[in-house]
Amino acid sequence: MEETVNRPCPEVRGTGEKYWVSGRNGTLSIPQCDTCGKTHWYPRSYCPHCDAKTLKWIACSGKGVIHTFTVARQSGHKYFKTKVPYVIAMVTLAEGPLMMTNIVDCDVEAVRIGAPVSVIFEDITDSISVPLFKLDTESVL
Amino acid sequence: MPSKLSGAATIVGVSEAEIGWDTTLSVAEIMSLAAHRAADDAGLSIRDIDAVFAVTPYFWMSSVTLAEQLGIQPKYTDSTNLGGCSFVSHLGHALSALATGRCEVALIAYASTQRSDGGKLVTGADNLPYEVPYGFQHPISAYALAAQRHMHEFGTTREQLARVTVTASQWAALNPAALKREPVSVEEVCQSPLISDPLRKLDCCLITNGGGAVIVTTKERAKKLGRKSVRVLGAGESHSHRYGAAMRSFTTTAAVASGKDAYEMAGLGPGDIDVVQIYDAFTINVILGLEDLGFCKKGEGGLLVDKGIGPGSKLPVNTSGGGLRYCHPGMFGIYLIIEAVRQLRREAGARQVDKPRHALIHGIGGVLSGHATAILGT
Repeated sequence: MEETVNRPCPEVRGTGEKYWVSGRNGTLSIPQCDTCGKTHWYPRSYCPHCDAKTLKWIACSGKGVIHTFTVARQSGHKYFKTKVPYVIAMVTLAEGPLMMTNIVDCDVEAVRIGAPVSVIFEDITDSISVPLFKLDTESVL
Repeated sequence: MPSKLSGAATIVGVSEAEIGWDTTLSVAEIMSLAAHRAADDAGLSIRDIDAVFAVTPYFWMSSVTLAEQLGIQPKYTDSTNLGGCSFVSHLGHALSALATGRCEVALIAYASTQRSDGGKLVTGADNLPYEVPYGFQHPISAYALAAQRHMHEFGTTREQLARVTVTASQWAALNPAALKREPVSVEEVCQSPLISDPLRKLDCCLITNGGGAVIVTTKERAKKLGRKSVRVLGAGESHSHRYGAAMRSFTTTAAVASGKDAYEMAGLGPGDIDVVQIYDAFTINVILGLEDLGFCKKGEGGLLVDKGIGPGSKLPVNTSGGGLRYCHPGMFGIYLIIEAVRQLRREAGARQVDKPRHALIHGIGGVLSGHATAILGT
């Protein structure tokens, strides 16, 4: 029997644990600074804009726009080589920051900079879900 | 006006070693060989070296490993790792150390046997947890994301990217040491296999073995040596992020900052530069570098490449054939320095640029993360 290879699981120690766990409840959460009001991604323990410790977690709308992307055509990784071609993208969230993700469930040739996208989650452990994005309009094909 | 530091360091010896597809030497031995050859070139002995600068993914404490291999106990040591630009950064660090009297003869060295070790990039690079689930590939994904955005924002074309490799192949044809000397056409680049859109195989640097070393000393000591020497007129370094996922601009890099500091120290500007070496791990690097270092406006790097950066052009760039066609043992920065020195000493043979006085070298490390610029002069 062939062993199932799963999407690699990130190290969750630190501030980011909340980020991964909130995904398990279907919410994309990011830190927002009470002092300067700015959001950031990836989560850090002090605000990378103004250094304040006054961070709170906000629930994102899950909407964003593709800022840039690449289609990985080959991979030596045991999981990702089963996924090529796959899309690595930077998405500008409606709440401000850029985040890295995969654009999934689409023809890779249909992905464009500027395309609106929505978050979905893939459970990878009992406590962690990974935010992925899909194109908002299927009709772009 | 140049700053007081300008010219405080002089390059007196350079050498590469074991550039190729196979080697019987170890990484430490290749660094040692390059160091001995560079010392010979300078008319110095290894015993004269009192400062060691080195970094390679093979050793946890690279400068310490190298000094042990050479059998010396330096009084100044630096294994700073900014990725492939580290050696250009070391040159700036050496300048500060020489200017403040912390040392007198500095060795900067690198080696890798990555080709013989499996033919893949050997790197100690760690992954950001926020990249791990997405199959981010170090380093190509980040450069591909930058190239895609640059094409979108400025209309940079697939052919312009290809022309960077085509130009590198024209230089490599003039360099007997280049490992890929055959000419390449725009069509060949554009038809080579896609690796990570929009980057294709021929947009990517070679994977080879190799080492290199540079010897730097004070003005006074250089004068006594009586060899052809090259002055370090300016140096700057910076970094804007470490990981691809943390990049906040995909079209402007920290080369703007490192370049500005180097120009200011030298009291020079882009118009004073006669020959340029920019770390071309991928074709997009050259376009970003030319823009961020002020050789053209932001977004016009592709047009400048169209205009010509090859043999006979007004702005000769990557005269060795670069990482794309000369060699690429993983961290190419050391060869930027070596080639600039050869050009300024007018020892570059068929690829010699006409009477250059000032050379700019710009290293890029990691995923467009680390940047180090130096300006050299005769």
